Amino acid sequence: MGEPLATGNLLEVRGLTKVFGTLKACDAVDLTVARGEIHALLGENGAGKSTLVKMLFGSLEPHSGQILWQGTPVRITNPGVAKKLGIGMVFQHFSLFEALTAAENIALSLDDGSPIGQIAAKARALSFSYGLPLDPDSLVGDLSVGERQRIEIIRCLLQAPQLIILDEPTSVLTPQEADKLFETLERLREEGKSILYISHRLEEVKRICDRATVLRHGKVVGHCNPREETASSLARMMVGNEVKAVVRVPVDGLEEAPALLEIRNLSRKPATPFSIPLRNISLSVRAGEVVGIAGVAGNGQGEFFEAVSGEVRQEDTGAVRIGGKDAGALSITGRRLLGAAFVPEERLGHGAAPRMRLSENLLLSRHATDRKTFIGPGGMVRSGIVQSAAQRIIDAMDVRKSAPDPEAAALSGGNLQKFIVGRELDRRPSVMVVNQPTWGVDAGAAAHIRQALIELARSGSAVLVISQDLDELFEISDAIAVMHNGELSQPIPIAEATFEKIGLLMGGAEPGHAAHGSEAEIA
Amino acid sequence: MDIAVNILLTIATAATPLLVAAIGELVVERSGVLNLGVEGMMIMGAVAGFGAGYLTGSPWLGLLAAVLVGALFSLLFAVMTLSLATNQVATGLSLTLLGLGLSGMMGTGFVGLPGERLPNLYIPFLTDLPVVGRLVFGQDPVFYISIALIAGVAWFLFRTRTGLTLRSIGDSHTSAHALGIHVLRYRYLAVLFGGACAGLAGGQLSLVYTPQWVENMTAGRGWIALALVVFASWRPWRGPAGGYIFGAGRNGQLHAQAFGIPVPSQFLSSLPYLATIAVLVLISRNKRLTMMNTPAALGQPFVPDR
Repeated sequence: MGEPLATGNLLEVRGLTKVFGTLKACDAVDLTVARGEIHALLGENGAGKSTLVKMLFGSLEPHSGQILWQGTPVRITNPGVAKKLGIGMVFQHFSLFEALTAAENIALSLDDGSPIGQIAAKARALSFSYGLPLDPDSLVGDLSVGERQRIEIIRCLLQAPQLIILDEPTSVLTPQEADKLFETLERLREEGKSILYISHRLEEVKRICDRATVLRHGKVVGHCNPREETASSLARMMVGNEVKAVVRVPVDGLEEAPALLEIRNLSRKPATPFSIPLRNISLSVRAGEVVGIAGVAGNGQGEFFEAVSGEVRQEDTGAVRIGGKDAGALSITGRRLLGAAFVPEERLGHGAAPRMRLSENLLLSRHATDRKTFIGPGGMVRSGIVQSAAQRIIDAMDVRKSAPDPEAAALSGGNLQKFIVGRELDRRPSVMVVNQPTWGVDAGAAAHIRQALIELARSGSAVLVISQDLDELFEISDAIAVMHNGELSQPIPIAEATFEKIGLLMGGAEPGHAAHGSEAEIA
Repeated sequence: MDIAVNILLTIATAATPLLVAAIGELVVERSGVLNLGVEGMMIMGAVAGFGAGYLTGSPWLGLLAAVLVGALFSLLFAVMTLSLATNQVATGLSLTLLGLGLSGMMGTGFVGLPGERLPNLYIPFLTDLPVVGRLVFGQDPVFYISIALIAGVAWFLFRTRTGLTLRSIGDSHTSAHALGIHVLRYRYLAVLFGGACAGLAGGQLSLVYTPQWVENMTAGRGWIALALVVFASWRPWRGPAGGYIFGAGRNGQLHAQAFGIPVPSQFLSSLPYLATIAVLVLISRNKRLTMMNTPAALGQPFVPDR
């Protein structure tokens, strides 16, 4: 490892290039990381950030380019080499073993062969000194994501690295856990360690990072001091042009339009001891209108979406009406055949089958509605047509991918979301219900999805959006209703809605009706 | 008393090949690879063991040949599933079919010949002790090897760093790869070990159990060994219990007939599988224990991205 030099860059990368098939994931990337700085690597989904750091950690082999460590050219052929140099990594999708204990997980990445008990004691001591308490004997499978990340960080620190790479560390954390992480990072910087921090969250980059390198389509497009930039100037660098503001032209006469989606007195008992019952929900969404549903997570939005989409059917067949027909007893496919489309919150395993290709995922959700197009005589799948339809969606939504028709799990979260939303939009459904349309999606793509939802509504469809992002709802909705403890407020027309009004409703105040008794008043 | 000792001895001899093959497969599965070719590797070990023993006149050389041929045969599986990332289930099944056919062809000249038998252990005085003498000090060498293998594998998997690494690969090969562990190297060695054990088990059949060559003489023991791994829920020390129960089941029919108790042979031969289903039902009641013991990556092909 050598003695640390007083000056100079810890890491310098020159012209690093990585090609997957036809995609240049990294194209002649230059990067320098100085000692004792937190350096941000910014970019949209699929800009090449993860690919770049995987090359720095030896998980991927660059096609060309040079890496200099403390001024000396090095070849990082595997993670073992990176660790020996003093590079540690905390992965985006954690590289932990669920069936093993925390201490065993840590031992696996240390090469010193000391007994597990000794490693556990060291890990415990280090974790307490950083205020990240950790029980080395606990089984990883039993731990929360925040606790798992702690193990990764402690494991990384035990290797005494000079450079710590964190790949989108806050995407799985609660705000409180993220604050704790930032404290730890600032302390590490004070100790003279360098941190390469990958994120597309601009606020946190502005808050903790000293310098930033911005990537777009695999190329470096700029270096800056994030503290001197605004969130929108950073976003502009990431996206390449001004993030297009979402345009929503108010329309008159919505009251006369026919209601395409009607919910009438929908009630549901709690499905598990931890879920919320739905209490007598009524709502109608008219042709041409976007209605937003706001609410703090876990107030019944998930249960409501399941009931509306048909994942859970209702006894009262009139509780959900689509296009003027009773749909409460219909399955998801039955409701789709009435013209509805649904985008669930969870992408992998719910919105898409992870190990199936995008074209196969397209067929899975639209085999019934597009039967005439996708299925030929004798029930044979017309795979050419399905594939070209998938390609049409990929082009329309600008989905970035490394193979022509990759498995859903191979896409980054934001890109998969673009595909799943695009898959439903492509059908021009008359009713669209979306739960968390832009969760984890970068600014440019989020604006694209929001604009597409507004345009779908303006072309005569009814759009219902459930979101925890109030800014998003204010941007796209014609009216906002608030869900609290399984009840839904009256929709408030956007002209009358304010953050304060919605916020109060989210906390449980209910000015739309008379108060509902004690529950509604506890806020 | 002598009858009881004799029954116990035959049970031990019947259970030994099951145990040896199962402990090898346990290591393979702990590394995340499912090799359904145990039956094929076992029968190849049996024919090689008999042939080498007959030709050289030394049963020990026969046993060595059984081990080597078993390992060599598993190398075919390793190259297919690990380097070429073929489907493990299909490859394992074809390995079994290939082994059964190939051994039959190789063994045509050996049918009906008298074979060499590995001598039982004999320690003066100790082996002559009543009852325990023959049970503890008078069995065939493979019996002692099987016990040593179980102890060795248990120690290796749960007491050594290399064993921990092997288990981690079986839990998540992608995580292991991200840490810089050579996933395929470990898996190759595990599969070869499993093949050597299956070969040894086959050698025990043709050099101890029935010292002769008969086509298809493994008679489904490879499948019972696979069931035994699940029965043991991937913990080495739970193997012997199951192994001896299954071994008793195989022999029980003969003894039951000797005592005039009519037990349908079909019932006894289905017993191992019924017991395995029962164990699967029992262990799946506890999600946490299942997660701790079942290799999560079992049967999934792994292609490292570079």
